[in-house]
Amino acid sequence: MSYTPEMRELIKKVEATRPARVERARRNEHYPALNLKEREEVLNAYHPDCQKDGTRAVKVGSNKGDIFQDQVADLLESKALLRPDAVDLSTVDYEADVLIIGGGGAGTSAALMASDAGKSVIISTKLRHGDSNTIMAEGGIQAATQECDSPFYHYIDTIGGGHFTNQPDLVEAIAHDAPLSISWLENLGMMFNKTPEGRMVVRHFGGSSRKRLHSAGDMTGAEIMRVIRDEARSRQDSITVLEFTPAVELILDEDGKCAGAILFNMETREFYIAKAKAVILASGGFGRLHIKGFATTNHYGATMDGVVMAYRVGVGNKYLFSTQYHPTGVVYPEQNVGLLITEKVRGLGAHVLNIDGEQFCFPLEPRDVESAELICEAMDKGKGILTPTGRVGLWLDSPMIDDLHGEGTVKKELPAKFIQFARHGIDISKDPMLVYPTLHYQNGGVNVSASTETDVPGLFAAGEVIGGVHGENRLMGNSLQDIITFGRRAGVNAAEYIDGGVEIKKLTIDHVARFEKEIDEAGITDPVTAPIILPDYSTDEVISRRWAEK
Amino acid sequence: MAEAENIQAKQAPKVATGDRAILPEGAKTIPVYVMGKRYEVPETLTIMKAMEFAGFKFIRGAGCRGGICGACPTVYRKAGDYKLFFGLACQTVVEPNMYLAQIPFYPANRATYKLEELSGDPEVIYALYPELFRCVACNLCTKACPMDVDVLGYISALKQGNIAKAAEISFDCIQCGLCASRCMGELPQYHIGQLARRIYAKYIQPKAEHLQKRVDDINAQKYDEVLKNLLAMDKENLEKIYINEREREPDLTPPGEWVPQDTQYL
Repeated sequence: MSYTPEMRELIKKVEATRPARVERARRNEHYPALNLKEREEVLNAYHPDCQKDGTRAVKVGSNKGDIFQDQVADLLESKALLRPDAVDLSTVDYEADVLIIGGGGAGTSAALMASDAGKSVIISTKLRHGDSNTIMAEGGIQAATQECDSPFYHYIDTIGGGHFTNQPDLVEAIAHDAPLSISWLENLGMMFNKTPEGRMVVRHFGGSSRKRLHSAGDMTGAEIMRVIRDEARSRQDSITVLEFTPAVELILDEDGKCAGAILFNMETREFYIAKAKAVILASGGFGRLHIKGFATTNHYGATMDGVVMAYRVGVGNKYLFSTQYHPTGVVYPEQNVGLLITEKVRGLGAHVLNIDGEQFCFPLEPRDVESAELICEAMDKGKGILTPTGRVGLWLDSPMIDDLHGEGTVKKELPAKFIQFARHGIDISKDPMLVYPTLHYQNGGVNVSASTETDVPGLFAAGEVIGGVHGENRLMGNSLQDIITFGRRAGVNAAEYIDGGVEIKKLTIDHVARFEKEIDEAGITDPVTAPIILPDYSTDEVISRRWAEK
Repeated sequence: MAEAENIQAKQAPKVATGDRAILPEGAKTIPVYVMGKRYEVPETLTIMKAMEFAGFKFIRGAGCRGGICGACPTVYRKAGDYKLFFGLACQTVVEPNMYLAQIPFYPANRATYKLEELSGDPEVIYALYPELFRCVACNLCTKACPMDVDVLGYISALKQGNIAKAAEISFDCIQCGLCASRCMGELPQYHIGQLARRIYAKYIQPKAEHLQKRVDDINAQKYDEVLKNLLAMDKENLEKIYINEREREPDLTPPGEWVPQDTQYL
């Protein structure tokens, strides 16, 4: 859908200021960048990670006293979806060697490795097998496969990019295993971008010293997911997939080992008991919490369920306060809301403008600073542009790229974005784009070792649900590698753990009642119910008419 | 009173948060028919968000919400028009008087196979999916594809034994199943395309030799010592390497040609 007549009127203001702005840009005159002190001020006032308001210390559990965003804290202090005293643990509905919670890239990789090791596997997932953030990753997957590269440089680039806050053994794991992951995918029949001779086509990315980004068209994650899912589907003798049946609570045995999970059939609203000798959490991130109201690049089911379940059995987390925001997510048209617009647009000279067509920031501040400045302009100064669906955004003046570098530059340098907008009737070489920061990635997650073990015996975790691989800042292409490296390790290690001899004793979910008691004693009077499984996008008007609900 | 109004004016504007749409003052609504029943929804919303605005909560029929997972295929018609249209609910904007039906699942036959027991011979595909030859080339599959994949093109390529061509043409497939829902010959096109791509990548596309060599080196523990040293290194020394000792591979040299000055860690 092209811009509405009302928005077209506003675009005229952008066009009115453009010639003078282009002239200034030609003279190399830029809107002044902030100094370090100003940066800190705008970050503290407006960056979602830095703002003190909207955060609080968690009162219960392994991370008691740590500060989290309210939405995250609410879920860490939540009560269970099921009533513990109504649960019947005596009848086991599903049983396997390994239960995997989550059917994305990490869970499916784990399933294949456990199956290779001769184990029976159940994958429990809230949507369809493969519906995940994995499938949405476009850019690529890192691995030091070139002669001029090595795991040494992968390690250095990753830990430097994470401001040296990464958990070192996890970085070592990813640097070591990355080429093995790529080879594994190649053998499973993944169509990598290759030269006619079979050499991997690799690219640089932000923060790389060597070209290390492997890809499959511009849908690398989707191709990974298609291939490993297809392989899992051909192994029905060892891998059972339960779709629309998410895990909602972990089950322990009386020795404190993880022994399965309670599953929830979303369609019939029944609960099932799934018993297993080992459990792998691979439930992904939290983009759909829409921290502080932000749109997200994440899939429908990214609601932090795994972190919540782990928290109730005493497994804590790290860096969950750190969220990756991208300053320029799409705000209009609706089909593209939340999707990323690459930094390259600003790199090519496009200005960021308010409703009056005026500049208010230097367009190439670091990502977190740029995000904070956009938020300030729209929400504090009220100079954002409102869309017909009530979203707020700021203009990103892409047409001036053609003015600066010659006609056709936008189309040549930004082909994917050009097509994406052209499909909806917007020519970004002639009209500006409407943008706002968007929530992209959960940097933190549950605590694990390099062998994917948690503090609870028999409970393993892999993928976006774990914390520490990326420290406080993730490099492009390391999330897909994270998923495969740790997914594979979790499958192998869970199988080894079982081979070491596991005897499951009497099942229990006493930890749920204990946790709820702790919440009560901490004086939390009206806890939310979690896992929330899926977000609810009902409008206030509709909710107010649901008179059967409280 | 005047002061209160001032405070009111200073408050942040009421805006849509997350994926929840609101109807700002003065904005227009349009009628759409969800499975025949009329709802008024804001213009410019996608079908998916329009249905959520109307009060629906999806369990099935929503996935990535970014046009790549294939969970939300939708069939619709417009008032007064005999034509059927196909699209993804997350990628198609509502128009006045659309008649919408979600098709979150469509049954399709999928063969079971062990990839390592197959080969690059097209006969392998014919044996697993003999229904391939029930295709009558009506092209309804291509017309239904929301990704503009030439479905008939890759099915025809396979009939002619050209697996490489089929793999290439079918690459953008998101496996939503709309092709299969329209097929006169009852083919599961998207499953056949998946098999063709995996066979192409495993048996026809040349293997990456530099990758195999790196894998052999890793399995021979060539980098274990180097990584162990990094693990034990303090932040100060890591920072020193990060800032001073990382040569950057030039952007424009072809992969495999550039040799850095420092080769001790390769």
